[in-house]
Amino acid sequence: MKLIICAGPATTGKTSVLRHIIRKLIEKDHRAAYLKIDVQFAEEDIKFQEEFRIPTRKVYSGELCPDHCSVMVLGDTIKWAQKEGAEYLFVETAGLCLRCSPYVTESLGLAVLEATSGINLPLKVGPMLSLADIAVITKIDRISQAEREVFRARIQEVAPDVRVREVNALYGIGIDPLVRQIEALPDVGDSLKLRGNPPVGTCSICVGKKEIGWEAHFGVLRPLDNQTFYRGQ
Amino acid sequence: MDIIQNISILGGQDKNRRLELVDRIDLKMGDMVSVVGPTGSGKTTLINDIELFADRNTPSGRRILINGEVPSPDYTENPASNPIALITQHTTFLSDLPVIEFLTIHARVRNNFRPEAGDLVRQTLDFANQLTGEPINETSRMMELSGGQTRALLIADAAVICNTPIILLDEVENAGIYRVRTLELLREYRKIFLFVTHDPRITLLSDYRIVMQNGSIVKVIHTTEEERSLALKVSQIDDVLTAMREKIRLGEVLVDADLEGLL
Repeated sequence: MKLIICAGPATTGKTSVLRHIIRKLIEKDHRAAYLKIDVQFAEEDIKFQEEFRIPTRKVYSGELCPDHCSVMVLGDTIKWAQKEGAEYLFVETAGLCLRCSPYVTESLGLAVLEATSGINLPLKVGPMLSLADIAVITKIDRISQAEREVFRARIQEVAPDVRVREVNALYGIGIDPLVRQIEALPDVGDSLKLRGNPPVGTCSICVGKKEIGWEAHFGVLRPLDNQTFYRGQ
Repeated sequence: MDIIQNISILGGQDKNRRLELVDRIDLKMGDMVSVVGPTGSGKTTLINDIELFADRNTPSGRRILINGEVPSPDYTENPASNPIALITQHTTFLSDLPVIEFLTIHARVRNNFRPEAGDLVRQTLDFANQLTGEPINETSRMMELSGGQTRALLIADAAVICNTPIILLDEVENAGIYRVRTLELLREYRKIFLFVTHDPRITLLSDYRIVMQNGSIVKVIHTTEEERSLALKVSQIDDVLTAMREKIRLGEVLVDADLEGLL
């Protein structure tokens, strides 16, 4: 079974991109399964189940960060999808604080970004973009060709090894190359690992210290004059 | 990049999924072509199909060939290899980069990061400033530009920075820019030009026009001798109207003499 993990900020069109990919795979008689991870509300599992008659699940991460939740449930999900006979497992997740990325080894990582989101977005999403395999750019019809190309250049500046694919998720234009790349994936093994280093998990603030200023804390400290671009590696 | 000699549009289907009436058009280097038709007839869709190198994978089902062959995937993956510049109807930018920085990045990506890309930025601004009544300040942020400045900059960017063999322009007459000057400057380049237009002057300058209806190309009309002989008169009428428009813009009052050019 092949594993595709799709991340991206809210409302960028992750679901629309996956809908086109899954439709094309089903047209070729492939079997897919789908997991949606969201914080408190999602209905894509029901929609995909109705539309494609494929096995779907959803998980609400609630008080956990969605990427943390993804690590917890991904092992079970792979077993579930294999039992359902899926050849392709799609996991869609709304990574939120942009310090982690949900991509694991042996999977295909898709970061879905919208062309309308401003020229600095690629600098702001950190490991969600830099650790992906493909940056899928949606809403390309909303901006001029010149601006689209500058947006692409901005992405390549931050993430030179990430492949950029521009799509129109409304009409499914530009989806075919993604499908070809997904079909060529190797099957997942049984020792998957996160690609990036997770951020620090516990800190003095997590355990309840409210004082302002790094001098009042312990563990990982960050004075004002120590800023580096965070890539999650 | 191979030298582009022609681009072919292979017909798809109209909005009711009926076969497109014209099943093939070959545009040759140097052709100046208009795309005409009512609003909603699919003019913008046609030039978008060309820019996307449609391969029966867009709603129109059309297919685009370059030099008679399926276009290289490199065209869409590397802007420096893309033989097409598209000037859309967008009248705003979303980017908050300063004009000079935006153009510098675009000049570098369109020219494979060659050092001479820097000169292109200056030339682009000079070109754009000939098209708009309000000069563009290179330190302005892109999103602050007016509609006219935005269109002027997009046209200049396509001609100078992209300088591609194929240029597609969507309704240049709606741009709030000097349309006649735009045409004069563009005609100095030898390219395939496609103008989506409602403008008689632009249409009569074209070698032929593609007529759209209900999402389909319904016919191709070659500009007739009679039409060509009208072109001069149409230009005069257009100049008179343009001058009147400019007077209104400047808060002046129109007089009988404003129509004298029509004698």
